[in-house]
Amino acid sequence: MVEFVQHVINGLSLGSIYALIALGYTMVFGVLQLINFAHGDLYMLGAFIGFYTSQWLHLDDNPGISSLLIALGAAMTGCALAGYIIERCAYRPLRHAPRINVLITSVGVSLLLQFSGQLFFGSDAKFFPQLYRPSGMIHVGELTINPIQIIVFVISLGLMIILQTIIMKTRTGRAMRAVSFNHELAALMGIPTDRVISLTFMLGSALAGAAGVLVGLAYPKIEPLMGVMPGLKAFISAVLGGIGNITGAVVGAMLLGLAEEFLVGYWAPTYKDALAFGLLILILLFKPTGLLGTKATEKV
Amino acid sequence: MKKLIVALGAIWLIGYFIIPSVDSYIVSILLYAGINAILAMSLNLVNGCTGQFSMGHAGFMSIGGYIAALITLSLPIQTGLFPLAILTAGCVAAFAGLIVGLPSLRLRGDYLAIVTLGFGEIIRVVLLNINVIGGARGLPNIAHLSNFSWVFGCMVITLFSIERILRSPYGRAFLAVREDEVAAEAMGVDTTHAKLQAFVIGAFFAGCAGALFAHTLRYLNPQIFDFNRSFEIIIIVVLGGMGNIRGSIIAAFLLTFMREALRPLQDITRIDFRMIIYAIMLISLMLLSPEGILSSKWRKRGRS
Repeated sequence: MVEFVQHVINGLSLGSIYALIALGYTMVFGVLQLINFAHGDLYMLGAFIGFYTSQWLHLDDNPGISSLLIALGAAMTGCALAGYIIERCAYRPLRHAPRINVLITSVGVSLLLQFSGQLFFGSDAKFFPQLYRPSGMIHVGELTINPIQIIVFVISLGLMIILQTIIMKTRTGRAMRAVSFNHELAALMGIPTDRVISLTFMLGSALAGAAGVLVGLAYPKIEPLMGVMPGLKAFISAVLGGIGNITGAVVGAMLLGLAEEFLVGYWAPTYKDALAFGLLILILLFKPTGLLGTKATEKV
Repeated sequence: MKKLIVALGAIWLIGYFIIPSVDSYIVSILLYAGINAILAMSLNLVNGCTGQFSMGHAGFMSIGGYIAALITLSLPIQTGLFPLAILTAGCVAAFAGLIVGLPSLRLRGDYLAIVTLGFGEIIRVVLLNINVIGGARGLPNIAHLSNFSWVFGCMVITLFSIERILRSPYGRAFLAVREDEVAAEAMGVDTTHAKLQAFVIGAFFAGCAGALFAHTLRYLNPQIFDFNRSFEIIIIVVLGGMGNIRGSIIAAFLLTFMREALRPLQDITRIDFRMIIYAIMLISLMLLSPEGILSSKWRKRGRS
């Protein structure tokens, strides 16, 4: 039983990181109907911005919540900027091109980020500085919980609540929902669709950047190709929950995190990376709209 | 048909009389270029002609490679065995294509991209975990059965078959799906069926290319068939022009030679520098000339 609860805690901590990345995928898919393959690499970029910021400001000399928040803020700002540049230079010129062309471009951007990352950051793995040093494990009965897991979970949850507030309560959020509902109609209603799309990219990229720093905190080995697998898994989480659906992305990510943790804990650790894709094929077979998605018919 | 026989005859003559006197390094580059051309043509049928986006071509290639290698390793070697191994490899890969395509092709194109990408990974993970075929150590000592005539013969047959398919009613259906899926459906094309056909045919030729690859390199390792291998095939297709089958051949030769030329640069920067060049090529091609770099003369003839 104790082992079971332990796996649940680990799974939720992993799932909350997937959720942060999945949110960006699902938001961008909502407004552009585009799978942004470069999204996972923005998460890698976030981890490296966090790394270099803390090196530059010597943040690991006085670890604590404030250092963590500085690194987090830097990574989120940097990634938002990168997201804006990518959208502006690579995706906006293709707004009216066939969708497959935009998809190919996003694959190109993803490769460019990965391998120029290797060129600039070096291809060897780096050790992420310990921005927060827990004084010890928290013991609840027989359970041992790493405080870092709690911090990762709480910060992700906080960011998700902020995002939900922006989307549901502000004018910008309403504009985003309008654009994702109907692009052209939103433009006719006077919504600056290009600006809204840029903003959506920036928001999603900032979340990916935050996820990068949080991963650096929890699993402190970062390298330029680290974004590929989590990126794909986050996308799969978004599809599991129903792509384009904010709550769905979080639910899907938590489910995937738990499923992976249980697979590793109880059954076959070597097949960990194959599990997500297996789940994806299953969900596409039986409920292609995802767990929380609604069916949309294509109109001509 | 007559053209095909003439071309095959010419390839056999070149392979018999000229190739033995050519430097073996150049011959091996030519072989890899030919194999890449087969892969690119088969992917072009899916990505370019049917408008779907498959990103796991290396997965089908690896299935073909391993199946063919197992056949030639386990049976006593005779030359007659090789075509049989190639065909079996193709058929098994095609079957895998059917299994992967069935759930994902009912949906819009983007899902196919992720599912095929994932499939490529699953295949790699599974291959790594099977001990009989060497797992991570790889599968060495594959017989050296492939040569210039085999590779280029297969390339010409692939070109011939795909161009014939595209001119048949089946091929017309593929092109209709690419141009407008909803309109094609309204005109009575079973779009899921057409997509699946294109995908399975593409997987078949990828499997054949894998078989040739296995017997050219004579060593297989799951790591050979990673993401980057699939991306390399995609960039060849995009470079040659989506839907332009002959363009794919030229692009395959260009890119394979370019990779050899870039090898020194890779040693200096100590990273896979060609991937940066590929990425920049992909983005700028899409932004500046999404039709590929080849002239319209080739396009008119190549694209039916």
